[in-house]
Amino acid sequence: MNKSFQPDSTAEKIIGGAHTNREHDSASKHVTGAAIYIDDMPEAAGTLHGYLGLSARAHARITALELSRVRDAPGVVAVLTADDVPGVNDISPAGLNDEPILASGEVKFYGQPVFAVIAKTRNAARRAAQLADISYEDLPFATDVKAAMEAGHPDVCPPLTLQRGDVEAGLEKAPRRLSGEMHIGGQDHFYLEGQIAMAVPGEDDEITVWSSTQHPSEIQHMVGHALGVPSNAVTVQVRRMGGGFGGKETQANQFACLAAIAAKRTGFPVKIRPDRDDDMTITGKRHDFHVAYDVGYDDDGRIGAVDATFSARCGYSSDLSGPVTDRALFHADNCYFYEDVRLRSRPLMTHTVSNTAFRGFGGPQGLLGAERIIEEIAYQLGRDPLDIRKANFYGEAGRNVTPYHQTVEDNIIERIISELEESSDYQARRKAIIAFNKNSPVIRKGIALTPVKFGISFTATWYNQAGALVHVYRDGSIHLNHGGTEMGQGLNTKVAQALAEEFQVDFATIKITATSTGKVPNTSATAASSGTDLNAMAAADAANQIKDRLIDFAAEKYSVAKDMVVFEPNRVRIGNQTFTFAEFIEQAYIGRVQLSAAGFYKTPEIHWDRQTGRGQPFYYFAYGAAVSEVSIDTLTGEYRVDRVDVLHDVGRSLNPAIDKGQIEGAFIQGMGWLTTEELWWDDKGRLRTHAPSTYKIPLASDRPRIFNVKLAEWSENRKRAIRRSKAVGEPPFMLPVSVLEALSMAVASIGDYRVCPRLDAPATPERVLMAVERLKAGG
Amino acid sequence: MQPLIRRSVRLLLNDEAVTLDRFPPDLTLLDWLRNERRLTGTKEGCAEGDCGACTVLVGRLIDGMLAYESVNACICFVGALDATHVVTVEHLSQPDGQLSPVQQAMVDHHGSQCGFCTPGFVASMHALWLNDPAPDGDDVDRALQGNLCRCTGYEPIVKAALAAAKVEPSEANDRLTAEVGTTTARLSALVDGARIEINHSEGMSFVPADVDDLAQIYAEHPEATLVAGATDVGLWVTKQMRSIAPCIHISHLPDLKSIESEDGGLRIGAGASYTATRAALAQLAAPLGELWDRIGGAQVRNMGTVGGNIANGSPIGDTPPPLIALGAVVTLRMGEERRTLPLEAFYIEYGKQDRRPGEFVESVFVPAPPEGAHFAVYKISKRRDEDISALCGAFLITLDGANRVSAARIAFGGMAGTPKRAAKTEESLIGQNWSWSSIQAAQGAMEADYQPLSDWRASSAYRMRAAQNLLTRLFLETSGAPARLVSDGERMVLEAGE
Repeated sequence: MNKSFQPDSTAEKIIGGAHTNREHDSASKHVTGAAIYIDDMPEAAGTLHGYLGLSARAHARITALELSRVRDAPGVVAVLTADDVPGVNDISPAGLNDEPILASGEVKFYGQPVFAVIAKTRNAARRAAQLADISYEDLPFATDVKAAMEAGHPDVCPPLTLQRGDVEAGLEKAPRRLSGEMHIGGQDHFYLEGQIAMAVPGEDDEITVWSSTQHPSEIQHMVGHALGVPSNAVTVQVRRMGGGFGGKETQANQFACLAAIAAKRTGFPVKIRPDRDDDMTITGKRHDFHVAYDVGYDDDGRIGAVDATFSARCGYSSDLSGPVTDRALFHADNCYFYEDVRLRSRPLMTHTVSNTAFRGFGGPQGLLGAERIIEEIAYQLGRDPLDIRKANFYGEAGRNVTPYHQTVEDNIIERIISELEESSDYQARRKAIIAFNKNSPVIRKGIALTPVKFGISFTATWYNQAGALVHVYRDGSIHLNHGGTEMGQGLNTKVAQALAEEFQVDFATIKITATSTGKVPNTSATAASSGTDLNAMAAADAANQIKDRLIDFAAEKYSVAKDMVVFEPNRVRIGNQTFTFAEFIEQAYIGRVQLSAAGFYKTPEIHWDRQTGRGQPFYYFAYGAAVSEVSIDTLTGEYRVDRVDVLHDVGRSLNPAIDKGQIEGAFIQGMGWLTTEELWWDDKGRLRTHAPSTYKIPLASDRPRIFNVKLAEWSENRKRAIRRSKAVGEPPFMLPVSVLEALSMAVASIGDYRVCPRLDAPATPERVLMAVERLKAGG
Repeated sequence: MQPLIRRSVRLLLNDEAVTLDRFPPDLTLLDWLRNERRLTGTKEGCAEGDCGACTVLVGRLIDGMLAYESVNACICFVGALDATHVVTVEHLSQPDGQLSPVQQAMVDHHGSQCGFCTPGFVASMHALWLNDPAPDGDDVDRALQGNLCRCTGYEPIVKAALAAAKVEPSEANDRLTAEVGTTTARLSALVDGARIEINHSEGMSFVPADVDDLAQIYAEHPEATLVAGATDVGLWVTKQMRSIAPCIHISHLPDLKSIESEDGGLRIGAGASYTATRAALAQLAAPLGELWDRIGGAQVRNMGTVGGNIANGSPIGDTPPPLIALGAVVTLRMGEERRTLPLEAFYIEYGKQDRRPGEFVESVFVPAPPEGAHFAVYKISKRRDEDISALCGAFLITLDGANRVSAARIAFGGMAGTPKRAAKTEESLIGQNWSWSSIQAAQGAMEADYQPLSDWRASSAYRMRAAQNLLTRLFLETSGAPARLVSDGERMVLEAGE
């Protein structure tokens, strides 16, 4: 609250409360360049800079690590190897001790960090890092799923099986049966702000680390582990990230630990910021998947049995591959009931960078497998895939239990689909497209309507907890802190809106402050779309603790009943007297009321037993659907997305403008994953698409030429989530599956819609053309 | 005659006059802004001119008129900025902190999420706002081709750009407009016709006084790196950490920027940017305008030069295929000596051009397509805009009165170690009827012309099949059949609230 800000204590409503289109709290700072990211912070005198030296082999034993030229390079202060880690040289988030900060002895992917140079300038460190003389003894390697399967690679963590019913019997008795396979590519996060950490040494064993991370508590834990000091010696701060998308859930650990080790060793602050190429080489990506499916169904397209295996490229270590491949299975049903089902995961070790969290966390790949099955059935039967979808939606009792034995109780997909089908004029457009294709030899069109159901909660049940710290100062201004991190998703804005609503004060009364492990301890990653659900509830809890004390104080001081103390917009009414919020707070301070509280929240009802594959891992589901129309050029495979209509469920939105921004952004990001974003490794196992010149995320001109995005305004979360809203970060990422399927339909026109084009992802122009050629040659 | 020598670069940075007399040749504008000036609103996203997070405005006097263009600071060298006005995001709001109309529209339309790309978008949008009073959705897309956003999906940003366009830049709402008179005067005062020589322990930077001075300096320092738009040389520094010392900056030289009609074609100075040449080339042959719109982003088109694209000898190079097909002739100069050669002869093999030490590309002559000939350029890339071609084919086909091919010039980029003519394909077409069977024969002949590589942009098989299919497209288009996706102005941007 700046000094000139005077809340209107006669207003009928507060400004910037819940369910309003409040702009992002940093919007004005973003547009003027005043928002500070870690690399923008003033550097203390003597600040040193780190850069990493990387492996030039996909798999090899290091036979000699000769770093004298690095040490002798101008400006170099220190060179660190695995031997220089004072604590434990491991940052495995799964606790499997399989992810060294710096490799020693053996390197397991091309680009794995082997040493770190610390120098007086970043440029000096970067140049010196090129001077290492490393000798290798090559070992066999496999970089993709198929090669890893053929080479008999192990899993990086235990696989999961979900089953219900008797899949063999179900397949056996089905009137029709099909099987196939699908390749699904990975994805780089391409957060605009790359990884960065700055560590400042303190007294004794203390250290403060500024890290661009979604998970400050894990950075704290890992830095403590690497330094061999307890967590209470480490403070981690993050004000904002320039994008995260899951890429900073665990991937910031390496840089934070190295900066901390170097800072403790040299006694100077140390900043580490890899360039874009190294960032994309060193850090994990979305998992590629190979899906093998065997399906039994009937003449109406109703699915009886599904037996599917989801094999993932996990990279050289476990990282988060266990829960990611689990979540793939949790979403391999999407909105569909499978009577007899067996879903298996294979988290395969590959000699590539360890794959990690990315918006959707395996869910999108699972869902895409489900939608491929729908397509296969539709083309087999010569039907519109939408008809097949409708025939298989979860329904009433008997058709409402998932493969993990959770009952779907809040299903709204049929209403969403029917409203969207009508508002987008789907049926008429599909007819028109089929007619167009008959008379268009080169350009073909396609249209597809695909649904999304996404489970909300961390499947690691203990992660579903959060804390907040709220102070009210004597002048009535409020300090808000919580355990979530701001990466652009508007979390701070939404939490502050919820807090403003509790206190009935204008948004501008509240100061949002940097996330700090010293203020709220033991936090979970800001991930799984749960940031607002968890942290806004914790902040509301803190507010209610303070309000309870204030009500007690006022009731006693003014001798009124507690229900005569009412928080009204920017004022408090006590009996027949009214004070401005600030006046009342000053009275409470004089009356020695504690004006600070630590709030806490844990998600109720959820449980999950991985051993038995049963439970209720999700508190609720979020739903949505999209219709996409595309045109393809059958001579080159080039395409254009002509129109997209989205209807998406965010419950009762805390901030419709921010939620819509999440949906539009997720759609384009998901569209990139399924179209032009291709990760390409060469025959030496080296990733060659490691910068925007070679890795192509969507541009403004790639967005749909007509893009209608609507919230399902009638939806309310049936659970008591914060003000009946729903999570929004991940679910809309899967809406552009409709783009892939529309491309597929355009290709299928070549075979008169009777052959499933089996268009794999990403559907680059090359894949589209090759699918066209395949169908021209007869399938 | 030895010109006056100055040992400093003088420029305006926002509202401050700055003199720089000691900097290494490879000092980028971005590093200087962030590290030395602490203007941290301008961000590094990729350091290769692809993401636009580092976008700033650079104002120059062109024939006495002040004009601002967007530029990627990450690959722009400080040595190239003499007598310019560098404007960062910090200078776009009013002195009292009031947001510019562009900034306010971004806030109002929720155009920022993580905010890291935002200053770059604001700079690109400000350039559009100043330079195009009535952009439509496609114009905005084009202006933003060089800016990546990973959060918003762009829709709110485009809406903001269109909303800002409804407010005319004025002295009251735009600092640059308010200061145009003083800035023009301040920049004029910096122009003294001097050669600039900067001595630094890491090497010399030269800024020649004029083209004759360039010829002299380069003849004396044939080992020097010529830097025009720096959209390629910039990456030698930021990506490969190569030394470019000594370097000679040439992007400011008016003599190299000339674009003149000359019998039957256009003569383009080697230093003329893509942006500057677009209109004239589009008039010469419409497909060139379409191709130009897909080269890099706006920032790269403002910086990059046709001469540079020719001279760097990339096997892909977007401009050589159509220029070769049109029969372009390049003029090389060393000292006072000039020679000309057909552009296709300039490319000897991968990484090797017919250019002697001390010799530079001075201009290129681009003939107009002959009356009645079919000229087409097809660029195929993974992403439509701001991507390097997987392949780029250019076709100049002349038919006689009997519908026979009397002349054919076909050139491709991305299909060989250099931009290369399809000699066997041409041969198979010449003298034949312009018919489907001739096209099929030519498609077969193409396999003798090229053995393309497989890489991350495309496989060999795709390149060949797509290249062959481009002949089909050409044939269909010459007969008037729709045979490709075109940007047809259907772009709809809904108003907020709809």
